[in-house]
Amino acid sequence: MTPLIEVENLTLQFRTDEGLITAVEDVSFTLMKGEVMGLVGESGSGKSVTAKALMHLNARNAVYAPGSRITLHTEAGPVDVLSLKTPRELNIVRGGAISMIFQEPMASFAPAITIGKQMVEQLQLHSDMTRAEAKALSIEMLDRVGISDTARRFGQYAFELSGGMRQRAMIAMALSTKPALLIADEPTTALDVTIQAQVIDLMKDLVDEFHMGIIFITHDLGVVAQTADKVNVMYLGRLIEEGPVRGVIRDPKHPYTQGLIAALPKLDDLDAPLTPVPGDIPSPLERPRGCVFNTRCAQIVGEACHRTMPPEIPVDESHQVACHIYREDRE
Amino acid sequence: MSDPLIRADGLSVHFTLGGLFDRRILKAVDNVSLDIEQGSFFGLVGESGSGKTTLGRALLKAVTISKGSARYDDGEVSHDLASLDGPDLKDYRKRAQLIFQDPYAALSPRMTVRDIIAEPLEVMGLTANRAETDERVREIAAKCRLNLEHLRRFPHAFSGGQRQRISIARALVSGPKFIVADESVAALDVSIQADVLNLLKQLQDELGLTFLFISHDLSVVAHTCDHVAVMYLGRLVETAPTRKLFAAPRHPYTKALFSAIPSLDPDDRGTAQKLTGEIPSPTNQPTGCKFHTRCPHAIDLCMREEPQLESEGGHDVACHRWKELMSAVPA
Repeated sequence: MTPLIEVENLTLQFRTDEGLITAVEDVSFTLMKGEVMGLVGESGSGKSVTAKALMHLNARNAVYAPGSRITLHTEAGPVDVLSLKTPRELNIVRGGAISMIFQEPMASFAPAITIGKQMVEQLQLHSDMTRAEAKALSIEMLDRVGISDTARRFGQYAFELSGGMRQRAMIAMALSTKPALLIADEPTTALDVTIQAQVIDLMKDLVDEFHMGIIFITHDLGVVAQTADKVNVMYLGRLIEEGPVRGVIRDPKHPYTQGLIAALPKLDDLDAPLTPVPGDIPSPLERPRGCVFNTRCAQIVGEACHRTMPPEIPVDESHQVACHIYREDRE
Repeated sequence: MSDPLIRADGLSVHFTLGGLFDRRILKAVDNVSLDIEQGSFFGLVGESGSGKTTLGRALLKAVTISKGSARYDDGEVSHDLASLDGPDLKDYRKRAQLIFQDPYAALSPRMTVRDIIAEPLEVMGLTANRAETDERVREIAAKCRLNLEHLRRFPHAFSGGQRQRISIARALVSGPKFIVADESVAALDVSIQADVLNLLKQLQDELGLTFLFISHDLSVVAHTCDHVAVMYLGRLVETAPTRKLFAAPRHPYTKALFSAIPSLDPDDRGTAQKLTGEIPSPTNQPTGCKFHTRCPHAIDLCMREEPQLESEGGHDVACHRWKELMSAVPA
């Protein structure tokens, strides 16, 4: 397998009135071509900010630390994403090699422009298709994602579609440019379970067919278990555990990942009490010293937890965890 | 068994849409009968558009009841909800309260936490002076695990879980008996969700509350509720004690909802019996059984005749074929 995108030492801060806020700190990972990665974490963990960094899409007050590097491997060779400046350069990644699907499809479509016009517009922006070709491809894509009566839907506005239909149209639009990487930010959270199941099935089919890489951002571990090949778990801007989906879900190593799985209500044992992860996620203005999870961790092993952020420690060849418990040289 | 706290009988909420020439009736809730026992944690599930929120509001007398009756009886007073107004309605507002879904939207950013929690007391004139108000606020805040220092701050300083605890304190400050919790944990992170659910259960015990817990998340309902009702297009399709329902669901819709929950087991992919299509528009409802357009087991009878709730062993279901289907496919 060849790498699709490599993130090295990504550190990202936002300049605000209250000072510099660290959103992502020293995150590195690689996604291979055709691989599906689940990016898991609670609100404020930096998962959406990380995904936006891949398209250099963060707000103007974002400050990337000097060592941060994101390399996208395209057919024309590697692209250093963070060095892109002009809109023309940025179009290589935004909507070109990378497409994004958002959580709320109603907010992502322009309300006063028909679905069809929006699809054609973005195709013409990213390719040298004629209007007629772009229209034909758009209708074909709508058909591919299971929308019936596509010719009529093409001329409709976003409000005329139901929630599930809108999300399908969003997926059709994102895939019509044939991106090498699809970023899906909580794409099923706003949908009912029955529709969520349909959208998950659709996405699995599309992965097989188009063979693209997907980063699936979600807080729902069930969705991750159903879709992803590997999982990255983030907490307060740090990558704290990464590994293959079976390893991470069946045998989580980090106390936070363990807590997250224990907090899920399970249908096969209704008597099991619900065990929350104690406490709240700290405000990004009050990042704890040492390990970022030390304010909520029930398995503190000693002073080290309060002094230093643990490095990523390999559990086996593909599974890594950033926790002092697994350090062999710990005092 | 004691008398139910809430008894709805043939309850309907209809909205009239359109103008003079295209008048349509939207049957948001149609002919629903149910009993909510004193001290129970009653779950109400269904997809968006099933009418579960409207039913909750009707029981709070926040929308007008079009047909049928609903009665509230806590042993002290008894109210007929359909005709409630004037001083009786004021009294009912004190006894029945709502906890909202989104703790970010439900709290005024310009008020301190103390003022937010005290507002219902002041509006309803339940306390004689400020000192008494403060005492009530402090008492309920402590029960909801908020400390005194929190009361002076504004909501923006709090995390989602803390905000939801503030909303709960505000709902409970007037000393209600009946609480409608509408998707009250849906907007929270998994690690926090369990904490809020445990708090609700604990408050139920301490204060002798009765809950109507509206949710689309079946695994949450399974863990917290003792009785569950399933709604589809404004009708009640199945209701039973939680254990019975989860052990052997009878309605094909309930079964489909269960199987749509994404499994945590990565090797258990795609075994679910998926529902096709989406919930029909409530202004244009199907004839006969409302579910026949999506039901894999629909026959001619289902399209002609609407099934009524049939009770057997304390487990009610509205389906023509449930017995036949239960014996054909062992649950």
